[in-house]
Amino acid sequence: MLRDITLGQYYQTDSVIHRLDPRVKLSGTILFILSLFFFKNYIGYLVAAAFLALVIKLSHVPFKFMIKGMKAIVFLLAITVCFNLFLTPGETLVALGKLTITKEGLSAAITMAVRLSMLIIGSSIMTLTTTPNHLTDGMEKGLRPLKKLHVPVHEIAMMMSIALRFIPILMEETDKIMKAQMARGADFESGSLIRRAKAMVPLLVPLFISAFRRANDLAMAMEARCYRGGEGRTKMKPLVYGKRDHLAYLSLLVYMIVSICLGRLSVPGIF
Amino acid sequence: MPITLEHVSLIYDQDTPHSITALDDVSLEIPDGQFIGIIGHTGSGKSTLVQHLNGLIKCTSGTICFNGQNVDEKGFDKKMLRSKVGLVFQYPEHQLFEIDVFSDVCFGPKNLGLPQEEIEARAKEALQSVGLSEEFYKQSPFELSGGQKRRVAIAGVLAMKPQILILDEPTAGLDPQGRTEILELIKEMQIKTGMTILLVSHSMDDVAEYVDRIIVMNHGKVMFDDAPKAVFQHHEELEQIGLSAPQVTYICHRLKEQGLDVDTDVTTLSEAVDSIYHALQPGTPRAENGL
Repeated sequence: MLRDITLGQYYQTDSVIHRLDPRVKLSGTILFILSLFFFKNYIGYLVAAAFLALVIKLSHVPFKFMIKGMKAIVFLLAITVCFNLFLTPGETLVALGKLTITKEGLSAAITMAVRLSMLIIGSSIMTLTTTPNHLTDGMEKGLRPLKKLHVPVHEIAMMMSIALRFIPILMEETDKIMKAQMARGADFESGSLIRRAKAMVPLLVPLFISAFRRANDLAMAMEARCYRGGEGRTKMKPLVYGKRDHLAYLSLLVYMIVSICLGRLSVPGIF
Repeated sequence: MPITLEHVSLIYDQDTPHSITALDDVSLEIPDGQFIGIIGHTGSGKSTLVQHLNGLIKCTSGTICFNGQNVDEKGFDKKMLRSKVGLVFQYPEHQLFEIDVFSDVCFGPKNLGLPQEEIEARAKEALQSVGLSEEFYKQSPFELSGGQKRRVAIAGVLAMKPQILILDEPTAGLDPQGRTEILELIKEMQIKTGMTILLVSHSMDDVAEYVDRIIVMNHGKVMFDDAPKAVFQHHEELEQIGLSAPQVTYICHRLKEQGLDVDTDVTTLSEAVDSIYHALQPGTPRAENGL
């Protein structure tokens, strides 16, 4: 029932990208997304697309799998494209009754669509190649300087990894509870909005109770193993930059310089 | 109302590298009034199998017929099916939600759209048949013991008056006394009402004492489907898939090895006692069960 959620899922395989330090992937993703907003011409997007293609190739994640994650944002993409297409003032290309498509609108719509899809694919590469635990580890270490400003970095990272860990468990639990109530004739799918909201009570009560019980058990289990917060805590697999990571940072730097320089040149547009 | 399964298979994530075959070509006949044990280790597909019987899971291929009607056909009344085929899940915590025991048991019949008096009458009857007296009616289901919660959960399904009752691991997490009590209760119900009962379990000792027929599941396939004695003849194969015959069967095998002439077919405690008694005192007439 709830098996079809792909966005942000980890794809298990072995590749250079999978083995990279999560901090590299985090900063790489942020830089890549930022770079998309600097471009003024199509050359920049071409460079970005080439870079993206290279990373996808290196990651060994099937492209089909990434596209699956895109399905979730197709609607958002369509709305953005429509708004840009019809509501940008400028030189009229086609007129459909009251709606007009302008030259500027067309170029804005295409830019927006390209930018959004690259943004989604770029960030899904990170989540597809990094386990949630690895990702929070990377965040914790990457954000460590903020500790000086009394930001509870470790606690935030711990909460995130626990929350992520619990998503599949709670989904499975929801599925089981739904089935148990459906076996007693409960109906979650039909009726008015109020009726449907009421029908959620038999689902939510057991779910909340079980979530609290699990949280309590987990806290106990952590304390039983002497968890005392981040102070003085060591890691079994500490994050250390290797040669591979330095190389990755270097290629990232090269990409940023090349794409932004080329992307901000004033070349005549396609249109 | 019999249920027939023909070549039922269930494959999750078909056509992807992660595809999992949960059920593999299962064909079964479940006639009226039988007490059936479904046994298999964790992940063998036994829970998945029973969820097909009341239409909670739709099979990938094959047909499931309830009283001759295909349950996956368009327009088939699933709600009716679920009231006729009652399924009690493993953890009562997954279904108890009301403020008191009585209203929780009323949930099932209420969903069937029955009049208020009928709902209450059924709830009372169901609670009575699981041995919960009126003092429990107004208690919160969350304050009960494990065994009592289980009883409330069973009553919650019984109140819909099913003709077939499926219990998924009804003894999981109970202490030995609670376990015996629940199993005795189920047997008693079966004798009294003549209901068809399917008992899902991974413990042979639980099942051997009570059922008429055992279905052994392994890797989504039906491995054995026979009377308990016939199934336990295969105790070596059962061990290979992580199951075992009842303990008394092993004791009798050992005794036989030691030279005592006992019957190695025994599956229940009383049969074993009888057989050992007879072997120790040749010539005496065979004792009655329970001695």
